[in-house]
Amino acid sequence: MNILLLTVQRDLLLYVRQPGDIFNPLAFSLLVISLFPLGLGPSSDTLNEISAGIIWVAALLTTLFSIDLMFKEDYEDGTLEQMILGKESLLLVVYGKIIAQWLVGGLVITLLSPLFGLMFYVNTDGIVATVLALMLATPTMTLIGSIGAALTLGVNKGGVLITILILPLYLPLLILGVAMIDTASAGENYTGHALWLAAILAISIGFAPLATEQGIRISLSE
Amino acid sequence: MGNLFHRLGSPRPFYEISGIVLPSVGILTLISLAVGFIWALGIAPPDYQQGHSVRIMYIHVPAAIVAQSSYMMMATAGAVFLIWRIKIADMALQCAAPIGASLTFLALVTGAIWGKPTWGTWWVWDARLTSTLVLLFLFIGVIVLRSAKEGSESVGRATAILAVVGLINLPIIKFSVDWWFTLHQPSSFSLTESPSMPPEMWLPLLVMVVGFYLFFFFIWTYRVRTEILKREHRSQWVRSIDDI
Repeated sequence: MNILLLTVQRDLLLYVRQPGDIFNPLAFSLLVISLFPLGLGPSSDTLNEISAGIIWVAALLTTLFSIDLMFKEDYEDGTLEQMILGKESLLLVVYGKIIAQWLVGGLVITLLSPLFGLMFYVNTDGIVATVLALMLATPTMTLIGSIGAALTLGVNKGGVLITILILPLYLPLLILGVAMIDTASAGENYTGHALWLAAILAISIGFAPLATEQGIRISLSE
Repeated sequence: MGNLFHRLGSPRPFYEISGIVLPSVGILTLISLAVGFIWALGIAPPDYQQGHSVRIMYIHVPAAIVAQSSYMMMATAGAVFLIWRIKIADMALQCAAPIGASLTFLALVTGAIWGKPTWGTWWVWDARLTSTLVLLFLFIGVIVLRSAKEGSESVGRATAILAVVGLINLPIIKFSVDWWFTLHQPSSFSLTESPSMPPEMWLPLLVMVVGFYLFFFFIWTYRVRTEILKREHRSQWVRSIDDI
């Protein structure tokens, strides 16, 4: 258990020392979101109608951007190899890295999402649902994304490849999340959607890191 | 029987045994597809509502069915490769992916051509169409990852993991998309109920489905054999084959 906390601590420290890794994806998502009002015109009706989808797509793209860096540096300087060779369980290290990655990526986007909602004139119910939906879905995005990051470690042009591999797997999240926000904005009960997102999260917590661990071992076996 | 499966796991026996089977499979494929085409496109009755455009079904439905099966088969091969490290399973996965992708693409294209006269539009964001599109993306992901490094075993295993993860995800994707929006008619065939179509229509469809399965099997075996020759081209037994 100790190794998990240590990994989280170490990764957070690395992120703090290199704030660009956290900041750039966030700046990117903010930029993407601001492009839409400029392109579509500032009418509040249009923006309101498409708000949920845009916030969600921005969250997905941001996660994909930062996930590429998740194992990259540790892979390049050999740390990852030492983690495999070490006597501590690699699985716990993977969990730790995923938690750290989520804290600086998914969680920050979730906390910023009310701001995005205000930019698109989403009502209060909708904003609450947005935060809740992202809180449930961003960990799943990081978990599934980590599989892609592990599988593409030894491959050139990993960044584009991750996008192609992982985006199709994100579709259920996108569909459920957007439906949840829309239901909430219409003032209806969205418990069902939230439970589905939670169920997918529970499955991913159990299984995704196993695939990630195997992926790392495979990528480093050459 | 167990011994046969065991032998098929290594390249050389697979090459030799498939070489004996392949011609007859090819002939069967040719016969069933020819019979199916003539029956479906010439003899089967036109639909009372859709007229002759219903004949697109005889290509569309088999392509879609076999495309889904080929993903199943590919992911199973991936799991086999991960567990037992059988070389043939890696080749099976690698060779099934492009065929599956083409069949998915064929299903999408014929679906669009069928959609225009019946629904009045080439494309709708309907559940079945969307999940078939996602299937195409999954196939493309597998192809792209597999071709990242030719012949490397570690990339083969990475691809196998991706295929298996995709297989776990497929029902979730299918559920979420179904629940999202549905316009497409329900499945044409099911194992438990008798088809709602008259026999003059589902019989040729069945022949076409069988033909497409045989076609997949034929092309896939052919590709695996080529892949074996490619990977084993340095070994003695490949060099001693006369006809290549």
